[in-house]
Parts: sequence; C-alpha cells; structure tokens
Amino acid sequence: MIGTNMQRAAIFGLLAFASAALAQTPTDAQLKQGKEVYQYWCWNCHGSGAGKPGTEALRAKYKDTRPADLEQRTDLAPAVIKTFVRKGVSIMPIFRKTEISDAELDALAAYLARNTGAKSAN
Amino acid sequence: MPKLPPGLSSKDFQEAIKQFEAAVGKQWVFTSDEDVALYRDSYSVFLGEPEEIVASAAVAPDTAEQVQKVMKIANTFKVPMFPISTGKNLGYGGSAPNLSGSVVLDLKRMNRVLEVDDKRHFALVEPGVSYFDLYRYVQERGLKVLLDLPDPGWGSPVGNSLDHGVGYSTGEMRDHFGSHCGMEVVLPNGELIRTGMGAAPNAKTWQDYRYGAGPYVDGMFSQSNFGVVTKMGFWLNPLPDAYLSGTVTVPKHQDLVPLVDILNYLENSGITNGMPQLGSPIFGGPFAPPDPELGPMMSKPGGATPAELETYGARKGRGYWSCGLQFYGPEKVIAAQWEHAREKFSSIPGAKFQDGPSYKFPLTPEQIEKSHKVTVGVPDLSIFMIGARSPFNANPSHGHVWFSPIVPRTGQAILDAQKVFTDAARETGLPLLNGPAPLPATYYKRAFVFIFGIMVSTDPAVNRKNREAFKNVIKIAAEKGFVEYRTPPAFQDEVVATYSFNNHSLLRFHETIKDAIDPNGILAAGRYGIWPKAMRAKRA
Repeated sequence: MIGTNMQRAAIFGLLAFASAALAQTPTDAQLKQGKEVYQYWCWNCHGSGAGKPGTEALRAKYKDTRPADLEQRTDLAPAVIKTFVRKGVSIMPIFRKTEISDAELDALAAYLARNTGAKSAN
Repeated sequence: MPKLPPGLSSKDFQEAIKQFEAAVGKQWVFTSDEDVALYRDSYSVFLGEPEEIVASAAVAPDTAEQVQKVMKIANTFKVPMFPISTGKNLGYGGSAPNLSGSVVLDLKRMNRVLEVDDKRHFALVEPGVSYFDLYRYVQERGLKVLLDLPDPGWGSPVGNSLDHGVGYSTGEMRDHFGSHCGMEVVLPNGELIRTGMGAAPNAKTWQDYRYGAGPYVDGMFSQSNFGVVTKMGFWLNPLPDAYLSGTVTVPKHQDLVPLVDILNYLENSGITNGMPQLGSPIFGGPFAPPDPELGPMMSKPGGATPAELETYGARKGRGYWSCGLQFYGPEKVIAAQWEHAREKFSSIPGAKFQDGPSYKFPLTPEQIEKSHKVTVGVPDLSIFMIGARSPFNANPSHGHVWFSPIVPRTGQAILDAQKVFTDAARETGLPLLNGPAPLPATYYKRAFVFIFGIMVSTDPAVNRKNREAFKNVIKIAAEKGFVEYRTPPAFQDEVVATYSFNNHSLLRFHETIKDAIDPNGILAAGRYGIWPKAMRAKRA
C-alpha cells in the first residue's frame, strides 16, 4: 500500500495548492499544443464515446459529481495532471519524456486545467 | 545516479554516459532518479519491492547510426543495454529491462513511417512508430490498406511482432511476426545488417520477398537479445470491399469437438478469413449479473455437470458453446462464404445461427464508433477496461501480467486445458480470472492462445504469492503440454526451462549464438532465458 498511499497524499496535497498553479496564464499557442497532445496521447482512454477505459473509470469513481470526460473537468490543477502522467495510476501507465516531453506536458496540463477556477476546485 | 549497471565502476559509467550524450545529444540521455523512474514497468509484479527490475539510465537515439554508436560505446565499457520500441508491452514487461541496472535503449524517437505501398500492400516502419501512427499515416493519405491490429493501439508494430503479438483480421496478418518482411538490425557490436532482399543494394523487393539467398535469420531477432531492430517491413491486407460477421451456437458440451473441427476446416480452407471467437453463452457473458439458478449449481463441489448445464441452457434458450466468425472480402463472396459455413456447422444437431454486424469499407465514423474497432482496422485502447475501475469492478488493479499458453486447435484440447487450468488455479491459488469455462482469447491461424490476466496488487505479499503460484502454473501446464508463448521478464527463465527437449538443447544453441555475436553480453541480458556467459548461473 505504501506507494499508492504516498501517491494519493501527494495528489491531494497538490489539489490543495491548485489555486497557486492557476496564477500562470497559458498562451493560446500553449493551449493549442496542449489540445493536440491530449488528442494524440489521452483521448483514446479519456475521451467521450464508448470503450474509453479512463472515462469509464472516472465515471465509476465520481458517479455524477464530476464529469467523466477529462476535457470537461473544471477542477484539475496542472500539477495533478503532471503527477498522473509521470507516475501513472491504476492501469494508466507512466509516460516517458520520449513520449510526452516536459514542454508538451506543461501544455497538456495547461489545456486540461484551462477551466479550473470557473467552479470550486473541490 | 539511480543505480550502477552490474560490474561497472562509477567512473566507467560516468564516462559511458558522457559518450552516450555525445552520440545522441545530452537531452536524450536520462540519468536523474526522476527520469529513470519513468522506465519502470508500470505493471511490475514486483511493485513496491526491492526486487523490482529497474534501469540505471536511458538513452534515446534518433537514427540507426546513433544506435550503432551507442552499441559501440556500450561494448567499450561493457554497459548492459535493453532496447524498447514504444515501451508499451504492458503485461509482458513494459519499458523495463530483464536485468536491473541495464541502460534502456529507448527507440521511441525513431518514429518514422518510411513507406506504405497500397499496390503491393506493405509498410516499412521504425520501432518508435505506434499502430495509431501507422493508422493516421494511412488515413491521411487515403491508402487502400487494412491494418491488422493488436488490442493496444499505442504498441509498436516492430515491438509487438518481435514479441510474437497477434491481431484480429486475416489469418496470415494476425501473426505479426509471420507477416513481417525484411529487417534492418544493429548487431551487439554495432554493425548494421539488412535481412532478406535488403542485403542486395539494388533490389527493389525488401518488403516483397523475405528470404534472399542463404539462411533466413530474421527469427533470431524475435524474443531474443541478438540485435536491435531499427527498421522492419510488414505485409498489409488490401482494403477489402466489405466485412461480415456471424455466430453459430451449439447446445451440447461435447459439441465443442465438431465445432472446432469445422472451424479449422473453414479457416484452413480460406472459407472464413477473420479471427474466430469461441464463447460459452450458457454462462451469460462476462458482465452478466449473478444468476440465482446458475450460481448454486456452479459453486457445489465439482461444479455443475455438463448434463445439468445442457438442461439449464435448453431451458434458458442459450447455446452451450458459440463460435463467432468474421469475413473480409467482396460483399457477395463473403455472403456465400457465411452461407457455406452455416451449411457445414448445420451438421451439428441443434446448431443455430445469428447474423452479426456487416459493413462496407471504408466505414462511416458512426459505424466505427459502434464496431469492435480493431477488427475493422481502427486502433483502440478499450482493452484496458480489464482491471480498470468500472461499475463491475470497484477495486481497480495496478496492471496485470498475462499467462499465455498455446493450446492445440481441437475441442478436446480446450476441454482438457480448462480442467488443467481450473485445477491448477485451485491447487496454487492463482486467480486465473477467465470465468468458469476459459476459452482461447487469441487465435493464431494454426494454434489457440489462452490468456489469463493476473492482476497486480498494491500489497507485495499478494504479488509474492501470485509470483510463486504463476511459476507453479507454468510447470503444471507444461507437464500437460500447454506451454507459454510469451511472458513477462519475471517468468522468462521458468518458461524457457519448459522448452527442455534433449536437455535444453535449444537454449544451449541460443547461448552458443549469444556468446558468438555478443561476447561482452551487453544486449538485453536474460531476455527469454538467454543470459551472457558470465551471468548464466542466474538461469533457473
């Protein structure tokens, strides 16, 4: 249980500091790049439509309290996205820097966090 | 520095890293704890344990020339290297090496689709190309080919075929290694070779004719540690006019025997060409809610008898066994093939038939959305529903490893295998999670593959217990003739040990080759039981 509990603690800690991350304002170019990274690497698991394991897992986890489709979320902090991509979670594997570079991950995190702040983070 | 390669001094390793940086660029050599941790096997059965197999560093070349340079440097300093393609061989090792302390040779940056020919129906790709990439390339150019795909679309055609992966479409193309044609390989000493017609500089047939002249050596580079494949050709299906599917169900337990015999006749005659899928509808399918009648019948000592299940199936209007068939080809032709298949299966009393989805190629986006995507050539990741949180699974796993034995294509062999695996699961406690009547999950044209997913736990005690049970099941199954074709690094020594004819003469032959072409033992030590001479004591 050690690794998972530590990972969860880290993620909840990061969520608590979500507002600090919001201070950075992404550029349009970064958001465009982030969307491209999302479509290339994430959409097949986390997009809308049938047979998306990530979406189905989040639907089962959050029921109707949060959108299952990551693009619709309004409570994601960039640091949380980065942690999941680099550490993996459940059956989602780790993504290496040869797959998603740090710059691409920054853009992805900015894109998925673009709506955060519109509603309460928790 | 996370970990030193075994046998290397810190000074030599630092110097090797410096030279790797000169060869591929400093930003493509990863040595920090944080970066090297990205090369862990996300589905490791050693999760959270000190025995976890981890890398010491990673090097990511962009060209075959850079791979050559890296291998020469590795030889100079005797650095153990472990190549990965896209690193997504999840359930069979992921992006981690066999030997802790190896430097991962990450080929993901080599992601060029070099050629797709839709007149001669082949592709030539680098190892970092994924099935998603190849699909996009084909779609963007409107090329008239149908890709054969494994379940996870982020896999590499090169890596998947080198690990003997299997797909879903026609029998010839489902065998991904069998349908490759031509390789470029960097040998452990850094020398570059091309196989088959690729060795003839002016030949225009590298992806058309496999053998060239002289020994055919391509097999040496699959599930091995004899070279780093940097380019590989694959034959492709022409884009068919249409797809058609149908299912036959039969009512009796022993009907499985003629069902498989007829399936073999149809498939080996070319009358059905898509991947078949055997099922046991009597149990209601994988996500069926608990049945108050079936549950008690199955849970009594020894389970339900075939006669009881036959009576139950008749009452419920369910067949005992089913066989899904798929056809690719001209619309009228495949309709006639399905009709002929129905005639053949009608020799089994009580056989019933149901038409399944049929499409014309290219499919509309709506049709793709409703289809089983990989069967119509669209890469996908839906297979990862296995183990993920869902309405049926409140406790998601942390990945899985696969137990994948080969079983003869007869109904009796399936029944025998079911008993062997059910008994082995009971004896060892290994949770072989394929329902009460496990059936083949993957279908080579001439062999069945059973696949059992063993979930990885966050509790090391559970994983330790499952590892020992897994090793026992390997032995128990092999004693009955059901031997694994593919396995994660944690079990490769045990699986290779079951290929023991004439005192392991095949493994000894592999070792002879290893010693000859990789005398420093630097490439993928331990992969599929082939250890360098100095480490051979590690062998099980």
